[in-house]
Amino acid sequence: MTLGFYPGCSLEGSSREYSESVIALAKAFDIELKQIPDWNCCGATAAHNLNKELSLSLPARILAIAEREGMDEVVVPCAACYSRLTVTQHELNHDSELKKKVSGHIEMEYKGTSSILNVIQMIEKYMIDKLENKITNPWKHKVACYYGCLLVRPHDILQFDRVENPQTMDIILKKIGAIPIDWAFKTECCGAGFSVSRTDIVGKLSGNIVADATDRGAEAIIVACPMCHSNLDMRRPAINSYLKKNITAPVLYITQAIGLSIGLSEKELGLQRHFVPVTFNKIEELSNK
Amino acid sequence: MARIGVFICHCGENISATVDVVKVAEAIGQLEGVAYSTEYKYMCSDPGQGLIRQAIIDHKLTGVIVGACSPRMHEPTFRKACAEAGLNPFLCEMANLREHISWVHEKGDATTNKAIDVVRMLVEKVKRNHPLTSIKVPVTKTALVIGGGIAGIQASLDIANTGNQVILIEKDPSIGGHMSQLSETFPTLDCSQCILTPRMVEVAQHPNITLYTYAELESLDGFIGNFKARIRKKAKSIDEKLCTGCGTCTLKCPTKKIPSEFNEGLGNRTSIYVPFPQAVPNKPVIDRINCTYYKTGKCKICEKVCPTKAIRFDQPDEIIEVAVGAIVLATGFTVKNTDFFPEYGYGKYKDVITGLQFERLASASGPTLGEIKRPSDGKKPETIVFVACAGSRDPAKGIPYCSKICCMYTAKHAMLYQHKVHGGKSYVFYMDIRAGGKNYEEFVRRAIEEDEVNYVRGRVSTIYEKNGKLIVKGADTLLGGVPVEIEADMVVLATAGVSSPGSEELAQKLHVSYDSYKFFAEAHPKLKPVETNTAGIFLAGACQAPKDIPESVAMASGVAGKIAGLFSQNELSREPLIAVVNRSAPPVYSTCVGCFLCQTACPYLAIEKEEIKDRTGKIIKSIAKVNPGLCQGCGTCVAFCRNKSIDIQGYTNEQMYTEVLALLND
Amino acid sequence: MAHESNKNAETKGLIGEISKNTGVEIIKCYQCGKCSAGCPLATEMEYSPSLAMRMLQTNTSDYDEKLLTSQTIWLCVTCEMCISRCPMDIDIPKVMDYLREKSLNRKKVNPKAKNILAFHKSFLNSIRRTGRLYEIGLLMDYKARTLTLVQDLSLAPGMLLKGKLNIIPEMIKNRRLLSSIFKKTILKKKEESL
Repeated sequence: MTLGFYPGCSLEGSSREYSESVIALAKAFDIELKQIPDWNCCGATAAHNLNKELSLSLPARILAIAEREGMDEVVVPCAACYSRLTVTQHELNHDSELKKKVSGHIEMEYKGTSSILNVIQMIEKYMIDKLENKITNPWKHKVACYYGCLLVRPHDILQFDRVENPQTMDIILKKIGAIPIDWAFKTECCGAGFSVSRTDIVGKLSGNIVADATDRGAEAIIVACPMCHSNLDMRRPAINSYLKKNITAPVLYITQAIGLSIGLSEKELGLQRHFVPVTFNKIEELSNK
Repeated sequence: MARIGVFICHCGENISATVDVVKVAEAIGQLEGVAYSTEYKYMCSDPGQGLIRQAIIDHKLTGVIVGACSPRMHEPTFRKACAEAGLNPFLCEMANLREHISWVHEKGDATTNKAIDVVRMLVEKVKRNHPLTSIKVPVTKTALVIGGGIAGIQASLDIANTGNQVILIEKDPSIGGHMSQLSETFPTLDCSQCILTPRMVEVAQHPNITLYTYAELESLDGFIGNFKARIRKKAKSIDEKLCTGCGTCTLKCPTKKIPSEFNEGLGNRTSIYVPFPQAVPNKPVIDRINCTYYKTGKCKICEKVCPTKAIRFDQPDEIIEVAVGAIVLATGFTVKNTDFFPEYGYGKYKDVITGLQFERLASASGPTLGEIKRPSDGKKPETIVFVACAGSRDPAKGIPYCSKICCMYTAKHAMLYQHKVHGGKSYVFYMDIRAGGKNYEEFVRRAIEEDEVNYVRGRVSTIYEKNGKLIVKGADTLLGGVPVEIEADMVVLATAGVSSPGSEELAQKLHVSYDSYKFFAEAHPKLKPVETNTAGIFLAGACQAPKDIPESVAMASGVAGKIAGLFSQNELSREPLIAVVNRSAPPVYSTCVGCFLCQTACPYLAIEKEEIKDRTGKIIKSIAKVNPGLCQGCGTCVAFCRNKSIDIQGYTNEQMYTEVLALLND
Repeated sequence: MAHESNKNAETKGLIGEISKNTGVEIIKCYQCGKCSAGCPLATEMEYSPSLAMRMLQTNTSDYDEKLLTSQTIWLCVTCEMCISRCPMDIDIPKVMDYLREKSLNRKKVNPKAKNILAFHKSFLNSIRRTGRLYEIGLLMDYKARTLTLVQDLSLAPGMLLKGKLNIIPEMIKNRRLLSSIFKKTILKKKEESL
């Protein structure tokens, strides 16, 4: 089957491995992800911080093209893009004046009918039933499932999982043999777009997340957002500097974890592109057997 | 030959400033059937009433119309005046010239003409009025009190002390309610059970009170003064007459780990149990859901050890019917549990508890014998956080109201903690401090100034557990909203007060109104706090809204006063403006064909079947009959009746049509 | 300065403007502090979120100015934690977006937030040109604006080796439309550049 696909800018560049793992995983489940043609950047944080109409127009164009291409469902792996697209759709569907204005800006008719799925929803809808039979290497690790801000909030608009102590990723990880831990920073912000402009803040916020997870015994942190991944992985030096410790727990995308459990190779899933090496302490590995 | 007297009131300037009252009186005086028409400054005054009385005698009036204010104001006044002059009061009616005309229109001819029209319509109606007599219904001088908490107990005692009978029913095995669960009460720090249990014993021993515990209301029929209640006495599985309350059965019962409701889940009880040592009656009941015998057919140890052979495993529920004249709703309230709060852990942290659970910890007869201990590991909490407004004043959680008592009991809890854990540190996160009662403000200041409880103004965003401690993330808004993080050993949430489970079903059984939070509705928020809109049913205590003990007791005593007034008469008078099915001579008996469409329409269930029999007892026909005690005169049945066999006395079809025609035939 | 009543439609302060343009009723805020308690950036901000709401409630140009020129509004990461816990469902992130846009348009951005704003601008500039983010372009623009010449330079080799840095920008076909969208929205009142 074919699903619409909006990779977003980071999946094409700094979070290439996420794109690789999403596409590889989809392929393993006979799903073809078809990119929205000529898609543009959704505007991410910058657009909504500086100009409301711009922040609505950029996602509207993406969704309008998807509608034109007949894509009923669009998979959006990046949580920030998922948030922007869904919020835009909601706002414009509730304000016909604004919708008309934005349609004018993007020079396209925009109806607001697409179904926007984040990567976890894609897994839940199209993969979870067949998952058990495909597992060849149960991924027996203790993990902290990190949802971040934009997958579950604002709940009224996204209507995904629940705001406090969400469980969807934990349930999926259990299915592949992992042991998700109960921890306190599941939905606390990693520092988001301050990666470059205020790396110190990312060090602090992401540091608290990594500290809580590893204090409670997590061997790895599972994410479903490239920004979170980048802050927890690429910015590990800032984290270590804040915590005054050297934490080696790797950060994996949920698609990578599932991919490993169904026998996809590390290369296919892009694990070599991480800054924090995806290795596990031999002692812990043994104890998991 | 009609001789109607018409009296138009100036009402000072209220009517006369807009309506030309002299012109109205003159115009009406010209109408056929009007024997006397005049106007006067204040009809409701003594001289005004005297005018009516004299006119009735002088002019031999057959009907009286007073064009003045709303009948809701002075209809009883003028009707009484007429009765005093020998005219049937239901031949007197009022035309509302004030609220309906002078207060809503500008001065002018159109307004005066409207006044004339309105009075003219009424003249035609009153020509067709019949004398009516008030309906008298007997009063059963027994009150049914539903709920055995402090409000129910107080109401029962007060009513019983007036010499009237009381039946008190309580759904739990013992009376006492939430007050029996408290450790000490604010603002005096009296031991709650010490002040409550004497009253509980008094209830049990009072000759005028019949107490049924483990009992609920099954159904209710009837009307004020004449209710018929069916009470379900749930099977206690013991013979109360034989049981001595020795307690051997509870000692020997092998299932000891059932979470105790009385201890709010912090302690355990057995399957056969007495909820607490001071229970009234001090006789056990068997929890059939958890008892081994009912689950597997084995055990029966209690039966074996009972010295008086009082165990009755097969005892059925018993339904008893009682006749009562008034009902008191005193079913109390409950508080939200910790699982109501997603941001505080969905109830999974053992050391995050509710205020009521803290009461059980602080109670000398509680699961920890009065020592403050963490439910998780039994250790003493060195740092404790109290979260006020947990769920209350929170529209996002669906509870926008204030639960009233939490500010006070939180201060009390903090004080108790400081007294019991020397050197302990307590924090209260609050939004406001509501301490309006007598000595309440001083009580809270004591907590802050003498017991050094740390009050921080700000709500708690989230609570999570780390390394055996509870991390509380709040804020201090008085310092500008700075985040305040506390590592606590225990957290007490002052959870919102909500209606008792089952309130909605009970209200529907009694036809009593309730609000969107399922608290019972008082008849008037200011002036009728203890009555409901259903005549004969009264409210006492927290079932109407969260409130503290003094207010509950005051309401209960107030209800007793109302009921004493009700029971002081042998008969109750009701307005005869009710529906009546026509009756005529045989062989017709009535134009009613017995379709009973009216019965399906009646919202008050006031229509019954009447069988007309011949002398041998054979039924000739079944027709509808209106119960004069229940009928409220709403007229729905009249609209439904297909051949107009039912009509409202005082507002007949003929009278209504006459009024309309009078208006149209100008 | 005296607090101003919110009554009378022509309210002077931002609180009325925000209500009209975003539908957010700041008057409902009763200062419970739950937002500040849960905000990850509250300790960095000079005014916490609940204090910011109170400042707007005074309906005075004094406090409005303070807020528009604050670092607070730029430190907010729009993580939406505040609104998820607010008992009055006040959309603080929406208010923050509005204040940021206003602060930018009035050219009142707090100098301490320079880097944050520079990053946003560099990001948008990159998109305007190519339709998709060109990371190298973004960083060069950012460094030019902020003179943080050596920051993150050490990351570049790693990124390149791991194949995470595109040397050549990805360009969409309809760049004209992108440019037009920018001109009709964020660049409407300004000169040609951000």
